[in-house]
Amino acid sequence: MKPSVDRIGDPWGGRVPHGRHEPWPARVDTHLAEGVEAGMVQRWVQAASILHSDGDAMDIAVVDGRMVGVRGRAVDRVNRGRLGPKDLFGWQANASPDRLTRPLVREGGRLVEADWETAMGRVVSRSRELLGEQGPGSIGFYTSGQLFLEEYYTLAVLARAGIGTNHLDGNTRLCTSTAAEALKESFGCDGQPGSYDDIDHADVIALFGHNIAETQPVQWMRVLDRLEGADPPRLLCVDPRPTPVARRAAVHLAPRIGTNVALLNALLHEVIRTDRIDHEYVRTHTVGFDELAARVEDCTPEWAAGICDVPASRIVEAAELLGTADRLLSTVLQGVYQSHQATAAAVQVNNLHLIRGMLGRPGAGVFQMNGQPTAQNTRECGADGDLPGFRNWQNDAHVEDLARVWNVEPSTIPHYAPPTHALQMFRYAEQGSIRMLWISGTNPAVSLPELSRIRSILAQERLFVVVQDLFLTETAWYADVVLPAATWGEKTGTFTNADRTVHLSDKAVEPPGEARPDLDIFLDYARRMDFRDKDGGPLITWHDPESAFEAWKRCSADRPCDYTGLSYGMLRGGSGIQWPVNGQAPGGTERLYTHGITWAHPDVCENYGKDLVTGAADSAVEYRSLNPDGKAMIKAAAYLPPHEAPTRDHPFQLTTGRTLYHFHTRTKTGRAPQLNAAAPDVWVEASADDAARAGLGEGDLVEVSTPRGTLQGRLRVTGLRPGVLFVPFHYGYWDTPTGVGPEPTVPGRAANETTITDWDPASKQPVFKTAAAALTLVARGDGTPAPAPTTTASAPTAPHGVPATTGGPAAHATQESAISRDTEEGDR
Amino acid sequence: MNGIKLALRTLHHGERDLVDDLMKLSERHRTEHEIHHVATDVAIWSREHVQRLADTATHYDLDLDGPPGNSSPGLFAALRKKASEVTGNRPEPGLLLLRDLRETHLAATYNSLHWEMLAQAAQASKDTRLLALASSCHPRTLRQMRWTNTMIKNLSPQLLTSL
Ligand code: SF4
Repeated sequence: MKPSVDRIGDPWGGRVPHGRHEPWPARVDTHLAEGVEAGMVQRWVQAASILHSDGDAMDIAVVDGRMVGVRGRAVDRVNRGRLGPKDLFGWQANASPDRLTRPLVREGGRLVEADWETAMGRVVSRSRELLGEQGPGSIGFYTSGQLFLEEYYTLAVLARAGIGTNHLDGNTRLCTSTAAEALKESFGCDGQPGSYDDIDHADVIALFGHNIAETQPVQWMRVLDRLEGADPPRLLCVDPRPTPVARRAAVHLAPRIGTNVALLNALLHEVIRTDRIDHEYVRTHTVGFDELAARVEDCTPEWAAGICDVPASRIVEAAELLGTADRLLSTVLQGVYQSHQATAAAVQVNNLHLIRGMLGRPGAGVFQMNGQPTAQNTRECGADGDLPGFRNWQNDAHVEDLARVWNVEPSTIPHYAPPTHALQMFRYAEQGSIRMLWISGTNPAVSLPELSRIRSILAQERLFVVVQDLFLTETAWYADVVLPAATWGEKTGTFTNADRTVHLSDKAVEPPGEARPDLDIFLDYARRMDFRDKDGGPLITWHDPESAFEAWKRCSADRPCDYTGLSYGMLRGGSGIQWPVNGQAPGGTERLYTHGITWAHPDVCENYGKDLVTGAADSAVEYRSLNPDGKAMIKAAAYLPPHEAPTRDHPFQLTTGRTLYHFHTRTKTGRAPQLNAAAPDVWVEASADDAARAGLGEGDLVEVSTPRGTLQGRLRVTGLRPGVLFVPFHYGYWDTPTGVGPEPTVPGRAANETTITDWDPASKQPVFKTAAAALTLVARGDGTPAPAPTTTASAPTAPHGVPATTGGPAAHATQESAISRDTEEGDR
Repeated sequence: MNGIKLALRTLHHGERDLVDDLMKLSERHRTEHEIHHVATDVAIWSREHVQRLADTATHYDLDLDGPPGNSSPGLFAALRKKASEVTGNRPEPGLLLLRDLRETHLAATYNSLHWEMLAQAAQASKDTRLLALASSCHPRTLRQMRWTNTMIKNLSPQLLTSL
């Protein structure tokens, strides 16, 4: 029996309860296009999701060279066959009729079709000109969090050693750079300590600014299954919105936006005051405890209550939960990373685990989550502001080692300063020192803050813009050359999820028209530019995904993210494997730091740390004296007020975020009918109190304005914390009449029209969550409710009149438990 | 005793100057968003230092002012802000930025040396009040220096090679 479930109306599907310390039972989710039966599928091709950071393993169904559906992989450790709504329906976007099928070049101000020869010729001749006139610092690369490992690595080699530029970053800067920085600050090195299996073992799960139900729906299914099973965990939720997590939490704290450090300092204060500390762990494995204890001494719950506007008693309850946990699992995401004092706050969560000795055992783990699906690979491969293989740009031995791998002189690889972060690259372009920007797989004209500024930078005559993407995005409108790319399902490669699990994703169908895999485009560019190593041989010696993977393995050897024991053969047919995989750990590594801290030694560590307030870099000497033996570092931080506070003119705090049915700038999810129908347009959320005070109701058309810009949307009244407005981010303009941005006839729609240009000084992650904003009525509603889902944190407080979000027959997917699957296979 | 008064006075002066430098840096370089925000954040430290120096000074028969006001940036600041926006998309302001960072760095270094002197004098005279003051303020002065130093280091390769 295969129950069929509307996975828009019931996004998490049915429960398969499991008790504590029991393995999570499989449940295989399948969605096939209308009229296609399982028996008609000619091939099932192994893949994994790139629509969020879980990397849910799945098989793509192929009929006559077309994708016709997906099915979860029951054997996989990450999802045990389950798929989220984005996984189930997102694949349809691949076949959209508006895919780019030929390169475009700008002629007389307009983009016109061209062949690859012409398009690449222009990119290469502009690159050569700029290298000759201005040097490598005039060229920058801004990539994605959705390409494959092989592609990032190739890009990193060609940018850093071929061009020799320091300007290479990914949009992972917007979603995951704080995770990486927080891990480096505490453990000296990036790499998630825990494993998703920790969900099966924890007795307390604390989610800090992490709406896991919408951002990682499959792992939320796992939590839900535990909540229904024996000995369920208790949840702590820190979030200003009434998320599905908040509804199931034992304690929910909804602090004022921008006050995370104050709240965490109070939680640490309580844990230390009640002496719920693993003194042995602190002594053996950490440095810096005394400073933390001194720093939080005055941070009482009453003190924090004043700043965060949550009851002190609730903070005490939360601290009890954290302090009495036997196996504590914490997760952190954008509510912390895209907010004020991002790194400082994320590091305090690490501190909580260090002082409680909650690391390296089943159920005791910390997740500094990733937003983007292949974010981990940009970090490992050095495509996001780090050097490949977690090498330390300040450590000459590391740079020499990298130069040896690439067979170039160390001076070829820029390492006089940290790799330039994304927002600084746009600043250099604004000033005119960067003259060429190659944007691959991302859409900054929607996703970066203060969009009018970003549009004016991209529109500059002197800036040569190359855009490599699937569709004519808002950003592509500004390009001088547009390169049509193949995507997931149309190319082969590997990628790594938030818990270090590496998956292989195979090519299932041909890309449309002349679209090419990103890897082929980068290799073509490298060949045309004729990049050479120091002996005159070609700098890039590989030619396809598997040979690129083998090259990466050599670069990762003996580094923490060691892939040397992996191969395409091992990944194909089986399940994902967690790095490091090498001689000592041939089957992969489930948890890091099981026997103390491994990679923080001064000779090994990925960076020497930064000042959490100023971002000033510490030197090797300072690091050595602070941490000579390479222990974990407990780093205290004082609370600072946010940079933009509400005023009389802008009385609200505006926060933005991702929601269940859309991903990134909706280039794919907006083209998947079921996902688009569930959340077709932007909306604005306000609390019932604030709406009543302003005389506003469900469905009223409102304007949100900040000193940077405005947007309009219909109002949804929810259980959000008073004083806050929420707008889902990344609604853009490709599906509006202008196609590119707001105009007199098309009001602002993207949340980033309004967000502030400001970033965390340590991680350089932009702040998308602390703008001060005003809310005004544009037009009374006509009875149409806001286009916001009712199944999520956007659920209306007064449900009458708002129809429930459902998907109808087109959104049905089957789910079959492992047992019925066995019998069925037995039947055959 | 007079030497200590002198040191307090000099530091008080120096920290007030640094507040001024940092606020100028912040306003003049509004389009350098990180500079703008962090300069404002670390100016708070110097403001606090000025206040604590003034409080301590009363024990030494010395009357020093509190920190400079910060509420209205005034006409000049408004002009500087406009200027920073107008020139925000040209390369030359990069040089101005490096110069302002250098001046701020030197001002912080100057203060750091004086905190050092004050701490030494406090040790010699077994003055625990002074020692406590210096040891709680001096680390933040060092952080201000490290910040300006880091920014100069990170920005100068691009700004100086692109002219
Ligand atoms: S939508 Fe934002 S948070 Fe999510 S993956 Fe994209 S950049 Fe990261």
